[in-house]
Amino acid sequence: MSSIAQKKGFGATIWDFMTTVDHKKIAILYLISGGIFFLIGGLEAMLIRVQLAKAGNDFLSAGTYNEIITMHGTTMIFLAAMPILLAFMNAIMPLQIGARDVAFPFLNSLGFWLFFFGGIFLNLSWFMGGAPDAGWTNYASLALASEGKGIDFYSLGLTISGFGTLIAGINFLVTIINMRAPGMTYMRMPLFTWTTFVASALILLAFPPLTVGLFFMVFDRMFDANFFAVEMGGNTIIWEHLFWIFGHPEVYILILPAFGIFSEIFAIFSRKRLFGYTALVFATILIGFYGFMVWAHHMFTVGLGPTANAVFALATMIIAVPTGIKIFNWLLTIWGGNISFSVPMIYAVAFIPSFVAGGVTGVMQAIAPLDYQLHDSYFIVAHFHYVIVGGVVLAILAGTHLYWPKMFGTMLSEKLGKWTFWFFFIGFHLTFFIQHFLGLMGMPRRVYTFGADQGWDLFNAISSVGALFMAIGVIILLVNVVLTSIKNERVGNDPWGDGRTLEWAIASPPPFYNFAQTPLVRGLDSVWIEKMDGNKKGMIFAEPLGDIHMPNGSIIPFVISLGMFIASFGALYFLDGDKPWALAVLIIGLGITFGSMLLRSLKDDLGFHITKAELLEDAKGGNTDGH
Amino acid sequence: MMKGIKKWRLFALMTTLLVFLAGCGREEISTLIPAGKVAQDQFNLLILSSIVMLFVIIVVSIIFVLAIVKFRRSKMGEDMIPEQVEGSARLEFIWTAVPIVLLLILAVPTVYSTFDLADVTSMDVQAEDGNSTHLTVNVTGKLYWWEFEYPEQGITTAQELVVPTDERVYFNLISADIKHSFWIPSIGGKLDVNPENVNTFYLEFDQESSELEDGVFYGKCAELCGPSHALMDFKVKSVDREEFDQWVTAMQAEPTPAEGALAQQGEELFGQDGLACISCHATSGAVTASGVGPNMATFGDRNRVAGYLEHNEENLKNWIADPQEYKPGNLMPDAASLNGGNELTDQELDALAAYLMGLSVEE
Repeated sequence: MSSIAQKKGFGATIWDFMTTVDHKKIAILYLISGGIFFLIGGLEAMLIRVQLAKAGNDFLSAGTYNEIITMHGTTMIFLAAMPILLAFMNAIMPLQIGARDVAFPFLNSLGFWLFFFGGIFLNLSWFMGGAPDAGWTNYASLALASEGKGIDFYSLGLTISGFGTLIAGINFLVTIINMRAPGMTYMRMPLFTWTTFVASALILLAFPPLTVGLFFMVFDRMFDANFFAVEMGGNTIIWEHLFWIFGHPEVYILILPAFGIFSEIFAIFSRKRLFGYTALVFATILIGFYGFMVWAHHMFTVGLGPTANAVFALATMIIAVPTGIKIFNWLLTIWGGNISFSVPMIYAVAFIPSFVAGGVTGVMQAIAPLDYQLHDSYFIVAHFHYVIVGGVVLAILAGTHLYWPKMFGTMLSEKLGKWTFWFFFIGFHLTFFIQHFLGLMGMPRRVYTFGADQGWDLFNAISSVGALFMAIGVIILLVNVVLTSIKNERVGNDPWGDGRTLEWAIASPPPFYNFAQTPLVRGLDSVWIEKMDGNKKGMIFAEPLGDIHMPNGSIIPFVISLGMFIASFGALYFLDGDKPWALAVLIIGLGITFGSMLLRSLKDDLGFHITKAELLEDAKGGNTDGH
Repeated sequence: MMKGIKKWRLFALMTTLLVFLAGCGREEISTLIPAGKVAQDQFNLLILSSIVMLFVIIVVSIIFVLAIVKFRRSKMGEDMIPEQVEGSARLEFIWTAVPIVLLLILAVPTVYSTFDLADVTSMDVQAEDGNSTHLTVNVTGKLYWWEFEYPEQGITTAQELVVPTDERVYFNLISADIKHSFWIPSIGGKLDVNPENVNTFYLEFDQESSELEDGVFYGKCAELCGPSHALMDFKVKSVDREEFDQWVTAMQAEPTPAEGALAQQGEELFGQDGLACISCHATSGAVTASGVGPNMATFGDRNRVAGYLEHNEENLKNWIADPQEYKPGNLMPDAASLNGGNELTDQELDALAAYLMGLSVEE
């Protein structure tokens, strides 16, 4: 099966990816599309820094600048960071728990295509009458007053891609609850699986408020529903609450999987079991739990009153405790270890001071009266970039290096990886450290220009130079990816040599059916246990070799999502009044979506079996690298 | 070679120094140079939290640096397998308890200050003569300018807030359109200007703005409100109580008629029989009705044109001729549309500028 895949033509490969329900291929789809959106978001960031490089610059107009900051934030959060993390979750988590695939392979594919079409839809706004321009937070009074269709692109696009993320979250929850290999108790799950689990629970609970908010927004803009229209008795603060009830957990949806990746890296490259595994697990759960109780700290200056501000200030401070527990446990994991400074570990090591810096400024902003000064200034811009770039993006870069061999069967160059690291790391601190001071010096965020008389010239110029360094780092990474793919030196099961968890006991990349026999888990870090026990086969198995039942690929998820995509254009133009074709487009789009759902419901798809003979053939054929 | 290194060192040192010297920003706008009680409280919290956080950073850094230096593979040996430690309940307790103590140190002043800064109970306290004991200013945020109404004094001004020093000044904030945020960094932290409700807080101005290099404190809109959000600046003049009272009296008086032929021509143009600028821009400060455009009574006294351009006739004329060029998305019609479709002549612009620059309540 997999050896046939190698010989496919280009068209057939594309078709294969369009119809796949294999978690490993969907992971690659998430990684590629998330990566492309990351580059787009990065390009937008560079435009921002060029515009702010000097006082009174006229490189971008005011309106364009607002579109770019909005799309930079929205793209980076929804279309880059989350999908890339979903890529790692998809690629690794089912392997870590010894599962055949995720619980709902069909839904997994549907989740991806919804995200993909939502993201494309949102970005098409650039070419179809203007991008959204009310900031990624899309505060209601500004959003309702925004001319053009930008905000409608935002609401519809995020609704569609939000469906996709919600589906992915539910899928992972069910997978982790039901599909763990024998012996894989909850307290033996690798930390990355744990963080995937908690982040998925957060997705499940946090995305509905956003969807509600977006629905209100769509109804207000298209049908004059007046949820937020103040002159009609509406209230814009409702949007802020809905947005941040989603928005704060969203931060943890991003950072928890990042924590998971770093936890794996610290253990592997220190050659040591995670210190305080139990504490790390409970800290993860606590952070997820508290994450829902602190949203109003984004709204200290809204005028909620001192009682609300004081309560939310204290609740926010509490989050520092489990986060601190994590930091210290990681430090103690390294302590007494045998540290190899491979590229993933360099990122992990650099993550600690970067994230601590972002964490302490977070506590400072939890002090409500102090936040009155810091809120909506460049201080907050510096803070959340320290957390998201210093935490999430470093984790994404680390994870890319760590899991590249598992996903593609070949190692990224260590040498180029280190170049990327140094450019990116130095550039990151150069760009954002100084922004703390810009904020304290009175510079508000989201300003498209500033006067030469404000005293912010030098620091902004330095910040822009830093952004250039980060861009160079990312370009070197791209070169690395291309060179690695050309060289294509195949690697074995455990390319880092010190793998501890189940994903390192299977070929790189794994065969499409994952483990031929479900492994038996005897404790935390099961592969490490077998290694120490001198088990030559790498694992012991819970079942004899037998036929494997696999799902068929399907184009239906793609078509369902395509239908939603088409319908969105209908909805977008429907209320213009002068475009009679819009209604037809809306109906056709929804028809495609519901028609293909109906087809899926009525047509039995029983999948297929891989026979024992084929599995033996695969094993004999030296098919350890999956080809 | 050595020389090269030395030069590089000198350069690095100079850069560092420059960064630190510039590190506090301008006194007109920096939160690091507080000029009022509220900003001072907030600055103290900044210092307190920075010290606590510095302690955290130092502890983490020491463990971190020791760990990555001591336990490198080059030192430990290629094949060495470390002891697989499970954890330590005692350590877990320590690094749970110590941060809680640190947070308590921060929590107490946080709660105190949160309630203290929101305390507006004395706002409506009246003295024996029936007047409030404190000044209250009603602030309205508009696209992209600020209106300041002094309800008790019966006066209104725009773009330049004038306040007495060394006493509490209360502010009622509301937006006429999009959400804004009212921020005077060196005087005190911001409060949002919502379209649906009045937000109230107080500030104190402990320094006369005349002592500043530019003569005014800088105020900002801190919430994205459209294309010209970055340009929605205002200025604050803080003067002692006596001077403030004089200013109020002058504001309450009828505006003096324009002097000189050019300015009189400008007044004509500005009036109902000319371009009817006056139907949006009042020229008397003694009004309390909210204006469509900024009140012009103090225009000649101002520090800036349109909130951010240098205060000279050139900028004023450019602004009148093409407001969209300078503040995209603002609501002021361009002059041609008020003039039957014809651009204003240079002479007409000169006249308007002369008239507006002559509008003053200060001697």
